[in-house]
Amino acid sequence: MKKLLALAAAACLALPVLAQQAPNEMVQHVTDEVLDVVRKDRDIQSGGTAKVMELVDQKVLPHFNFTRMTALAVGKDWRKASPQQQQQLADQFKTLLVRTYANALTSYSNQKVVYKPFKMKPEDTDVLVRTEIQQPGNKPVGLDYNLELKNSEWKVYDVTVAGISLVTNYRDQFAQEVRNGGIDGLIASIAAKNRSLEANQAKSEKK
Amino acid sequence: MGMDTSISRSLRAALLAASLLAVAGSAVAEAESRPQERNPKDPFESFNRAMFAVNEAIDTVAARPAAQAYDTVTPLPVKAAFGNFFANVGDLWVGVNSALQGKGGDAGNDLARLLINSTIGIFGLFDVASELGLERHDEDFGQTLAVWGVGDGGYVFLPVLGPRTVRDAAAWGVDYAADPVRSVDPVRVRNSATVVRFVDIRASLLPYDKVINEAALDRYSYIRDAYLQRRRNQIFDGRPPRLDDDDY
Repeated sequence: MKKLLALAAAACLALPVLAQQAPNEMVQHVTDEVLDVVRKDRDIQSGGTAKVMELVDQKVLPHFNFTRMTALAVGKDWRKASPQQQQQLADQFKTLLVRTYANALTSYSNQKVVYKPFKMKPEDTDVLVRTEIQQPGNKPVGLDYNLELKNSEWKVYDVTVAGISLVTNYRDQFAQEVRNGGIDGLIASIAAKNRSLEANQAKSEKK
Repeated sequence: MGMDTSISRSLRAALLAASLLAVAGSAVAEAESRPQERNPKDPFESFNRAMFAVNEAIDTVAARPAAQAYDTVTPLPVKAAFGNFFANVGDLWVGVNSALQGKGGDAGNDLARLLINSTIGIFGLFDVASELGLERHDEDFGQTLAVWGVGDGGYVFLPVLGPRTVRDAAAWGVDYAADPVRSVDPVRVRNSATVVRFVDIRASLLPYDKVINEAALDRYSYIRDAYLQRRRNQIFDGRPPRLDDDDY
């Protein structure tokens, strides 16, 4: 019982600490941690996609709100989907985005990430954290994160690279799939895309 | 021997042209057979898809291999110097556009950059101004027109030039006329500069090839929407208002 109480007390102490981490600090912490692993890992640098995906899965995904991301990508048709379809959409879209994001990370391994000055009011629940990737010989690329406060935790719901939102960029493509084959058609085509990417990856890792 | 090569060269060119036409034809047929609702952003979609197919063919046989070769052969400092040189040449026009958009402070910054980089930065080979905290801006005449309230006129895709809107394609003509590289003498140097710049730009896009291939369900739409988003971002100088998505 004493142990349980101590545990509960520890949990109470830990919660506010989690909530207090400012969104920009959270982004910086996660980015630095991930890039640190990427820079040290030779497998990842030579294109070991499976390993990066695992890394993203463990370190990055807990800070993302995937349901919100998928809803944003699907747009108006989201409300037409049943809860079960919404779940399937979110799962498939997650697989697709993790791969894209993992690829982007491996190509950024020798570049510098700069965190732009960040300001927020204490009552804000929706913020934009701006970072910049500086690469020798090329224009710097903006990498921005939209975050919202949910259940006293900051979660990313959109990632913007060079002004291009990785999430809303899918809206027209998804709408097109829904027009052609309904929500199930959309689920099927994202799943097919994921399968073909996985097959390619298996092929290239066998070599 | 000489004749052989010239014959084979023209044969190759003819084959290339024929295959481009075939690709374009099949793309048009495909686009027309697909029952499609008109996308208000993309009024010329079937034409654009055909041009996109032509451009993909050109990119596969010429532009991408050239960019890859340039990327492998050219050491990083040289690449950086080329990039800086062309950016410096462009800073004057960036400054003019800042001024035309009523951003006097930015215009001053752009001209100071030009002066510093052309002198201390040795003809723009080094970007000293950025080190000194004078930020490089991204302006062109298309953005100026947008700030003045000219609508974008719909999306167009042109071979080699790539994605544009009608407004930006027209404005590109003005940018091109104002381009200092165009007045370089002799013509041979001018042509080399034009080619190097094109290859340099294509090389800077190489890392995106894999991302787009893996991310897109439909490459054409993915590139179109990415271009339109990016332009909106540039017009609002990196801080566009988020579109209405609170309902989802």
